[in-house]
Amino acid sequence: MTKNASPLRRFLTYGALVLFAVVFLYPFFIQIATSFKSDADAANSAISLIPNPFSGQAWSTLFGGGSKSVAFPTWLKNSVVIALIVTVARVFFDSLAGYALSRLRFKGRGFVFAALLAVMAVPGVALLIPKFLMVNYLGIYDTYTAMILPLIVDAAGVFIMKQFFDSVPVSIEEAARMDGASIFRTFWSVVLPMARPALITLTILSFQGSWNEFSHFLVVTKGTPEHQTLVTGLASLTSGQLGAGTQYPLKLTAALLTTIPVAVLFFSLQRYFIRGANEGGVKG
Amino acid sequence: MSDISDAAVPAVDRPHDSRASRTSARRTARFGGGLRGPEGIMGWLFVSPLVLILGLFLVIPIAMALWVSLTNWNGSANPFGGGQGAEFVGIKNYSDLFFKDGLTRANFMQSISNTFWYVIAVVPLQTVISLALALLVNAKFLKARSFFRTAFYFPSVTSSIAISTVFLFLFGGGVINGFLKLIGVTGPNWFNDDRGLVHLLFNAVGVDNPSWGKAEIFGRSLWDWLSGPSVAMSVIIILVVWTTSGTFMLMFIASLQDLPVEVDEAAALDGTTNRQRLRYVTIPMIKPTIFLVLTLGLIGTWQVFDQIYVMGGGNPNGTTLSPAYLSYKQSFANFKYGSGAAMAFVVFAIIIVLTSVQRWVLTDKDDRKPLFGRRRKGASA
Repeated sequence: MTKNASPLRRFLTYGALVLFAVVFLYPFFIQIATSFKSDADAANSAISLIPNPFSGQAWSTLFGGGSKSVAFPTWLKNSVVIALIVTVARVFFDSLAGYALSRLRFKGRGFVFAALLAVMAVPGVALLIPKFLMVNYLGIYDTYTAMILPLIVDAAGVFIMKQFFDSVPVSIEEAARMDGASIFRTFWSVVLPMARPALITLTILSFQGSWNEFSHFLVVTKGTPEHQTLVTGLASLTSGQLGAGTQYPLKLTAALLTTIPVAVLFFSLQRYFIRGANEGGVKG
Repeated sequence: MSDISDAAVPAVDRPHDSRASRTSARRTARFGGGLRGPEGIMGWLFVSPLVLILGLFLVIPIAMALWVSLTNWNGSANPFGGGQGAEFVGIKNYSDLFFKDGLTRANFMQSISNTFWYVIAVVPLQTVISLALALLVNAKFLKARSFFRTAFYFPSVTSSIAISTVFLFLFGGGVINGFLKLIGVTGPNWFNDDRGLVHLLFNAVGVDNPSWGKAEIFGRSLWDWLSGPSVAMSVIIILVVWTTSGTFMLMFIASLQDLPVEVDEAAALDGTTNRQRLRYVTIPMIKPTIFLVLTLGLIGTWQVFDQIYVMGGGNPNGTTLSPAYLSYKQSFANFKYGSGAAMAFVVFAIIIVLTSVQRWVLTDKDDRKPLFGRRRKGASA
């Protein structure tokens, strides 16, 4: 149709797009460049994209454990372990619940679904103190249990899976059930393999969510390195609690390493990210 | 759509999990078989992790926090014991926020004022920019469409803490001011500048703390309420608009691609200009998405926390305090959990009231739809 847009219009459109692209991408390039700068270079020629001199000091500080206050390897380990456990658990429990809410007829299903929608409407900011109170009450404050257990099911994920199962015809499962397969067997061997696209989307949302999680970890732990993740560790480094001074190369390198796993996932599985964004996953 | 075609090739005979089939045989026997037989039990079994976890870490805790907001719990005693350090004080924590002269009210009202200006700036900006990006990326003649879409969406998937760190460097480490210097402008000392933007406008026309501004609303002078976002808060505004526009852009792209081409073509044949088509055809047809974006924006912005935590924690001079951050600080730094919890519930109430008002204002009488009622299809292409 409007393939025959005027040259001026094309020029303006491309011009605007390129300008926006620079605004959206420049911060990441300057971040990468600065992570290879020396402290003095980062301060004196902040806008330069070329480190001069080239310095690997920020990287060796993080991985060499030279600075006592930055327990980077511990943060990394915690982030990886927690994100993996939460992701696997979420994908399993969310699809179980989503399947039951979509397919199984049981007393109270309508109530559970209504409660789920109500829970999704609760703003996260109203949950910081409540989570702390419960974790404290259960005596699990400042433990991995407190960091992981509250995250292993999420309402939005259950909702996405329910919506997905609602859109899939029921006939194939019914054939399996007729053949005498149990409910769990049907779910595990027939339904889940069909749900691959939705499962990938859910996996991505869960990994991204738990990897980037901040406020939950903040309120259920004391904030000692033992229980810090990359994100909470970086926050304490950046907000100056570790007495790190400006040290922009160090901070930006830590931020870069926090970004990389999600970035790799994003660039390799982009279309699933986009589906996720359109299914109601929105950043707070 | 690819979901359905993938679904058409089921792997019925995958040979794993023989254990499941054995137990299922037993189960079938026990419940007497029948296609719908054990669904009652299995249904509850399947949703039990959901019910347990959300009940234990969401529903019950909210009730606990409501109770704590009615006490003066200091963090050490048993919060539900009612003894020393956890006495029941009724609605005092709530009324203090609004009616008792003092530091708590002053901080709280300042945080409300800051966040009000923050919302006023962020919500329209992110909506307009994300719609503009969607329209640009959606241009029919465009090549490299997916490159641009990726570039704009990428900031949305990164950690808010990591991005805040980058912006601390951009604005505090001299990058932005370095660019401003190139065009001969001396940039402000961003994170230490507590001057409000609206105050600066007033100053520009020679008005500074006039007598009509002395009137007090909830202990804060009218002049202070009118400050606008501080220069430091503007950095956070820019940051948040920059990180959220990508997500909302995707929502707009999805709804633009849902539009029937014929309508646009018919309008083009009628000799309308692009501007007219945007104003009278496109915008009215994507109204539900605009509404969704405004609502999600309003809900998200009132909760701003992570960025504040990293970028100075309320400094300079309390001009970047948000109620969410203040509630956290009041509880975990000042050990006034009752007061902190009360603040959180006030924010909760503000969000509910504002989204209801917005819904009422923006929806036509004959076009009322539930918030998440419209099923959106995944963006393709």
